[in-house]
Amino acid sequence: MQAHSFDYVRPQTLAKAIQVLSENGNRAKVLAGGQSLIPVLKLRLANPRLLVDINDLPGLAFIEERGDRLRIGALSRHRDFERSKLIRAKYPIFSDVASVLGDPQVRNLGTIGGALAHADPASDWGTALLAFEAELIARGPNGTRTIPIDRFFKDTFTTALRSSEILTEIRVPKSAPGDGGAYLKLKRKTGDFATIGVAVQLGLDTKRNVVGARIGLAAVGSTPIRATRSEKALIGSKAGPAAFAEAAKLASEEAHPSSDLRGSEEYKRAMIEVFTRRALESATARTGR
Amino acid sequence: MATKRKKVSPKRKSIRRDNGGHTITVAVNGREYTRVVEPRVLLVDFIRDELRLTGTHVGCDTSHCGACTVLLDGHSVKSCTMLAVQADGREITTIEGLSQQGRLHPIQEAFKAHHGLQCGFCTPGVVLAALELLQVENAPSEDRIRTAISGNLCRCTGYQNIVDSVAAAGEMMRSGKG
Ligand SMILES: Cc1cc2nc3c(=O)[nH]c(=O)nc-3n(C[C@H](O)[C@H](O)[C@H](O)COP(=O)(O)OP(=O)(O)OC[C@H]3O[C@@H](n4cnc5c(N)ncnc54)[C@H](O)[C@@H]3O)c2cc1C
Ligand code: FES
Ligand code: FES
Repeated sequence: MQAHSFDYVRPQTLAKAIQVLSENGNRAKVLAGGQSLIPVLKLRLANPRLLVDINDLPGLAFIEERGDRLRIGALSRHRDFERSKLIRAKYPIFSDVASVLGDPQVRNLGTIGGALAHADPASDWGTALLAFEAELIARGPNGTRTIPIDRFFKDTFTTALRSSEILTEIRVPKSAPGDGGAYLKLKRKTGDFATIGVAVQLGLDTKRNVVGARIGLAAVGSTPIRATRSEKALIGSKAGPAAFAEAAKLASEEAHPSSDLRGSEEYKRAMIEVFTRRALESATARTGR
Repeated sequence: MATKRKKVSPKRKSIRRDNGGHTITVAVNGREYTRVVEPRVLLVDFIRDELRLTGTHVGCDTSHCGACTVLLDGHSVKSCTMLAVQADGREITTIEGLSQQGRLHPIQEAFKAHHGLQCGFCTPGVVLAALELLQVENAPSEDRIRTAISGNLCRCTGYQNIVDSVAAAGEMMRSGKG
C-alpha cells in the first residue's frame, strides 16, 4: 500500500520544528514513532502534505523524577518504560501499560507522546494517565502551555493540541508512600487494542482508608474516560471487598461501550466491572499497606 | 550490472525520483547504500525493490504479521510501518546479514535442526525478532522467548518448534558454537 505523496523534513531543533509546523498549518503532521500515523497514511485516511519528523529533536526522551513530579519526555518509547528500573520500582502501572501495548516491534518505535496525540478511545496510555492528575506540556509558536489530562481528549482522534504545537512532556505527581496503581487490559491477542481496559491509582492512609482514587476506562467511550462516580464512592471508604465491589459496579454503569467485533455492549460492561475490581485489588497490593 | 537491473525491474515505478526525492544513506548489513527516494516509500519496499534484498517479506502490509521485521540499530521494527527516509543515517539488519562467509548464523542452524519453519514465509521476521532477544540474553525463559516473538505470526508451525529453535540457538551462542 502506498500513501499519497508528501514531503518530509527532520528538523534538528524544537524551535525549527515548531516554525515549520506553524508555516504549514494543518497541511503538516508531526511524525514520532509512526506506529499510528504510517498505517493511517497507507490507508489514505489522512493526506498531509508534509511530515515533520521529530525523532532527532534533542531532550525529548527521558523518564525521571524531578521536584514533586515524575517527568516523561514525549519521545520516550513504550519499550523505555518496559526497561526503566524507576518505573518498575515506583510506577508499575506504567510497566503494565508498556507490556500490554501492541507488540515488541510497535513498542520499539511507538512513543507515549504519539499515543496521547493520536487519541484512540482504546489508548492504553491515555487511560492510564487519566488515573493521575497528569499535565501535558505543549510547545507552540506562542510558547509553552500546560494542559491538564482532563481537558486533553476532545473526541475520538481529537485532542486539545493545535496543529502547530508539539507535545513535549508529560508530568504526573511523584509517587508517595501509600500510593499504588495498576492497568489491566482485556484483549483478544497480542497486538490488539483493548476490548476494555481499566487503570486505577489509589492512595491509602496507614489504616487503609482510601484518601485518593482515580480510575480511567479504555474503549468504552469516544475517548478514554474517567469513572468519577466510582472514584467518589471509594474516597473515604476502607480498602476492601465491599468498597471495591461497589466501585466496580459504579464504573460499569459509567462506561458507554458499544457492541463491535471485540464484544457486545453487555459483555464489555460486565468486563469493566470484573477488571475494575481486579485493578483495585492489584493497586491496593502495590500500595504496600 | 546495476544499470541493467534497473531497466528490467518491474517494480521500479514504485520508487519515484521525480517528486521530492530525498537522498538517504542507510547502512544495511554493514554496507552503506546511498539512494534517492520519495518520502512515501516504505522501508520494506526500499529494501526489497531498491536494494533487491528480498529476504524481508511482506505478509499483511498492515502492521500486523511481523513478516517484514528488520533490526533498526539493533531493535526489531516492522519495515512496512516505517518510511525509508526515516532510516537515513541508521543501521539496518535484514536476514541476508546473518550468515557470515557462507556459514549460517546459530539461529538459522537451530531453526534448521529443530524444524522451526515449514513454508518459511514468516521465518526471516521471526529470526530477527529472536536475534534482538538473544543479543541481550542468551538463556531466555520460554516466557521471554514467546514474548519476543509475539509480534510475529506463523501460519504453519504452531510456534512450539520456533520456541524450541530459539532456545537451542541461545544454547549454541552460549557455548560459543556457531
Ligand atoms: C500493530 C499495532 C498494534 C497497536 N496496539 C496498540 C495498543 O494495543 N494500544 C495502544 O494504545 N496503541 C496501540 N498501537 C498504537 C501505538 O501505540 C502507537 O505507538 C501510538 O498510538 C502512536 O505513537 P507513535 O509515536 O507511533 O505516533 P505517530 O504514529 O508518529 O503519531 C500519531 C499521531 O500523533 C501525532 N503526534 C505524535 N507525536 C506527537 C507530539 N509529540 N506532539 C504532537 N503530535 C504528535 C502525529 O501527528 C499523529 O497524528 C498499535 C499500533 C500498531 C501498529
Ligand atoms: S508486512 Fe509488515 S507487519 Fe505484516
Ligand atoms: S513457517 Fe509458514 S508461516 Fe511460519
